[in-house]
Formats: sequence, C-alpha cells, structure tokens
Amino acid sequence: MQKRYLIPLAATLAVLPSLGVAQDADTTPLNAEIGFIFTTFMFLVAGFLVFWMAAGFAMLEAGLVRSKNVTMQLTKNIALFSLASIFYYLIGYNLMYPGDGNWMSEGVLGALAITGLEPVGLEGAEPDLTYASVGSDFFFQLMFCAATASIVSGAVAERIKLWPFLIFVVVLTSIIYPIQASWKWGGGFLDAAGFQDFAGSTVVHSVGGWAALMGAIILGPRIGKYKDGRTVPMPGSNLALATLGTFILWLGWFGFNGGSQLYMDTAGNVADISRIFSNTNTAAAGGAVAALILTQLMYKKPDLTMVLNGALAGLVSITAEPLTPSLGAATLIGMVGGVIVVFAVPMLDKLKIDDVVGAIPVHLFAGIWGTIAVCFTNDAASLGTQLYAIMVVGVFVCVASAVLWFILKAVTGIRVSEEDEINGLDTSELGMEAYPEFGRS
Amino acid sequence: MKLIIAAIKPFKLEEVREALTSIGVRGMMVTEIKGFGSQSGHTEIYRGAEYAVNFVPKVKLEIVVAAGMADQVVETITTTAKTDKIGDGKIFVLDVAQAVRVRTGETNDEAL
Repeated sequence: MQKRYLIPLAATLAVLPSLGVAQDADTTPLNAEIGFIFTTFMFLVAGFLVFWMAAGFAMLEAGLVRSKNVTMQLTKNIALFSLASIFYYLIGYNLMYPGDGNWMSEGVLGALAITGLEPVGLEGAEPDLTYASVGSDFFFQLMFCAATASIVSGAVAERIKLWPFLIFVVVLTSIIYPIQASWKWGGGFLDAAGFQDFAGSTVVHSVGGWAALMGAIILGPRIGKYKDGRTVPMPGSNLALATLGTFILWLGWFGFNGGSQLYMDTAGNVADISRIFSNTNTAAAGGAVAALILTQLMYKKPDLTMVLNGALAGLVSITAEPLTPSLGAATLIGMVGGVIVVFAVPMLDKLKIDDVVGAIPVHLFAGIWGTIAVCFTNDAASLGTQLYAIMVVGVFVCVASAVLWFILKAVTGIRVSEEDEINGLDTSELGMEAYPEFGRS
Repeated sequence: MKLIIAAIKPFKLEEVREALTSIGVRGMMVTEIKGFGSQSGHTEIYRGAEYAVNFVPKVKLEIVVAAGMADQVVETITTTAKTDKIGDGKIFVLDVAQAVRVRTGETNDEAL
C-alpha cells in the first residue's frame, strides 16, 4: 500500500474536488465514477480473499497442534478474528488512517474516533471518486489487522490461557497494530522518510511475528519440548488440515498483495494487479520448492510441515514489494524465504523458543528479509531507510507487547497449570474435544 | 491344538492371508500393534529435530489349528513374510487347552 489516498476522518461529510487531480492523459480513468466503481469492487473482492486467510490460519494451526488442543486453537481463531473486527471499527481504523490534519500527534499518533461509513445510497454525500468507498476501504483494511492477530495465536498455542490471549488480541488490534501501521500507510513519519512496504512484510507480518516472539519467550516452551538439551518433536494432529490451511492462505494472499495496489481505475493499475498476482504466486512456489529440496538434502527426507512453512515464507517475502520484481526475481525472493524457514525453525528450538506452527520464522524472519529485498527491484527504496523502519517498528512492537504480556502475566496469569496443559486445553479449558470418538468407550 | 502368534510387517498381511487360506487355514484374528524387537525402532526427523520411534507398527496374527497342521502354518508364514531385512517379525507357538464354537457348542478340533 505504497501511497494511499488519505481519507478524511469524517468521510461522510467530506466534500472533495473529485475531478481536479492532475494526471497524465494515459493514466486518467475514462470516467471518474467508473474508476470509483472498479476500485471499490476490487477492494471488496480482495477484502473477502484476505478474510478467507482467517480460515487458512485456523486450519493450519488446527493441523499443527496436537489433537488435545484443536478445539482451543479453533476457538481462539474465530474469537480473535471477531474481536479484531469490532475493535478495529471502534478504535483501530481512525488511529491508523487519521487523514490530513486529524492526527493527535502529527505523523506519530492518529485520531481517536469510531469508524463511520457513507450514508445509505451516498445520500447527500460527495464520495471521493478518485479512490474507493469508505466502506470498502475499511472492510479491506480490517482484514489486514485481523491477519496480524492470527499470526500470534499459532506461536503461543497449546499452553496459553484463552482470556488473557484474547485481551492481548484486543490491545494488539485496536492500538499496537494501528499505531505502527499509521506510520507508513496512514502517511506518518516512516512514510515521509521514504520507507517502502507495499502490502506489509513489516507493517503486518513482522508486527505479528514480533508480538508472537515476545509471547513465546515470556510464556516459555510447552512442557517436555526441550529435555536434556534436546528438542522433543510434538507432531501435529492433522497434516491434511495444515496443507489445506496453507493453500487457503496462498489464495487469500492474492487479495492481500493484489488489493494493496489500491486502485483499479486504469489499464495501468489492472496490469499492475496482474503482475502482483503472478509474482505473489511464484514467490510462494519458490519458497515451497526451496524448503522441499533443502529438507531432502539436510534430512534425507522432505518435511511437509517445512514445505508448507516455506510456501508461506515465500509469500511473506514478496509482500513488501510484489509489483516491481520480474517473475524470476520474485521466485528467487520467495526461495530465500523458504531457505530462511528451514534454518530458523531448528535455530529457535536451540534457543528454547517454542513456536508451535513456525509463525516467527515465517512472518518475522521472512518479513524482515522481504522488507530488505525491496531494494533489489524498487529504486525508490533505500537500504538504510528499510532497516531504520524495521528497527523502529520492531522496537515499538516488542516493547509494547512485552509490557502487555508481563501485565497479563502479573494480573491474570497467562499459562495454564501443568496438569491442564498435559491433559490438553480442549478438556481442561473448554470441556470439549475436537475428535471425541477417539479413546471414548 | 496349537495357537500360533505371529508379528509380521503390515505390508505382508495380504500375502500371508492368501498363503494360509490356500493351505486350509479357515480363520485368523488380526490386530494392528506397535512394538520392538532386536530392531529397536528407528529415528525420524520432524521440523529439524531428530527423535526415536521406539515402537514400530506391526500386524499380529493369532491362528488356532489342529496340532498336526502347526508346523505347516509356521513354515508358510515364515516363507511368505520374509523379506530378509531387519524387522520381519517373530512367530510363537503355544498349546491350546480347549476350543468351543459358540453357535453349535462343538468343541476342540471340530470347533476350528
């Protein structure tokens, strides 16, 4: 979302000159209203594709946790998406997109206001015909916010209490995510510094990754995961679900990156969206193939869970710049993401950081790589600025989420008891098993 | 009567069943089991971490036949289930004190 047209806070009252924007002849929409219609339509389609990623995360995580924690993982996923939807509407959206002149602190802290949509039938309103409807923009942006929260749930799975986790999600989606996102996509100080992050390798993925990293460290590893300096594997319950989840995320990513073009009002923009779809796909393929070959070479057998992570790492890697790379460059960028995952998963285990589904390698490490990789194909990016933004966002999210995790730990506790953890969260916290026919007489 | 207990490699089950029915075995009990013998399991790798699989999947056959037929059954299982690789399994032969066919009340050899 490189250059977003800023929507004023009270969009319903906005009266903007809709046709007065100077543009080159060949990029001017044929008719302003047609441009508005197509861009709005594009946001809605891209938005429900990104929505579907919530299903992808849910299936991926349900497949990679043990069967005694599946109901809990699914509960967390639908709860976090729903809470993100409500709190992004109440607080997040305007904090992230305050619009010109509405910042509480210019370029750093956005506006505090509840989201409002256009009146029914645009009655009495003059929409910004150079962009899209507020409703479609809100709908699309909300999905990104929810995706950030989904990233955290996989890393802290199988041992965190339900309600403290959900409180974390509320603060993450209403405050932490929107504030840092405003710095880039809301037109804040990182945007002014020239930071490039097209669809959110840093703004979305590494933010979820940093929050997950803090959570995994503060929470500690699952009981029995690290014994006598060795890593004890805890194989996932259903790799068919994990694979389905990965394919769903891959599908959703076309909306994630494609929609971030933000305009579909000219031939140029439609062609760009097509480039983005193709590059996004090939980067995922590159990540998967890299992980496939690398696990075969390193372990003598391919590891499906790593190949799935590799595809996702490829997707995260291309997210910061899916437009300018050639197909070849996009494939290579994705492949590096896949390689990062294969090395990062055992590395985190060595550090005794227990990330159940590989969220930290996929979203944080590949997110950092993708943000740096922008420099290879986009002349507008400088390595210094990219690194500066990675650091600023990283420090902010780490501090904010660590403080929040520690507060929750002190007030409510964040970890279930040893007995509950060994019995599984499904029976101890929910009293409901995902697969009740097993082991029942 | 003899009870023959055989633990074999799962992929050999169908072949062994066919060979046994062809020599006149009229029934058997089959269970999917896990266990280890001199093979002592093997190692696998999941997400970069090596771990030991201590119990290897096997299929257990339990066959009761007339005493005179036992050697032939053991011989048939041995030749059919053999792959010459480690983990081919084991066969045990036990005496059986009594057998009853539930439907008719027939006993011993008539019940088999």
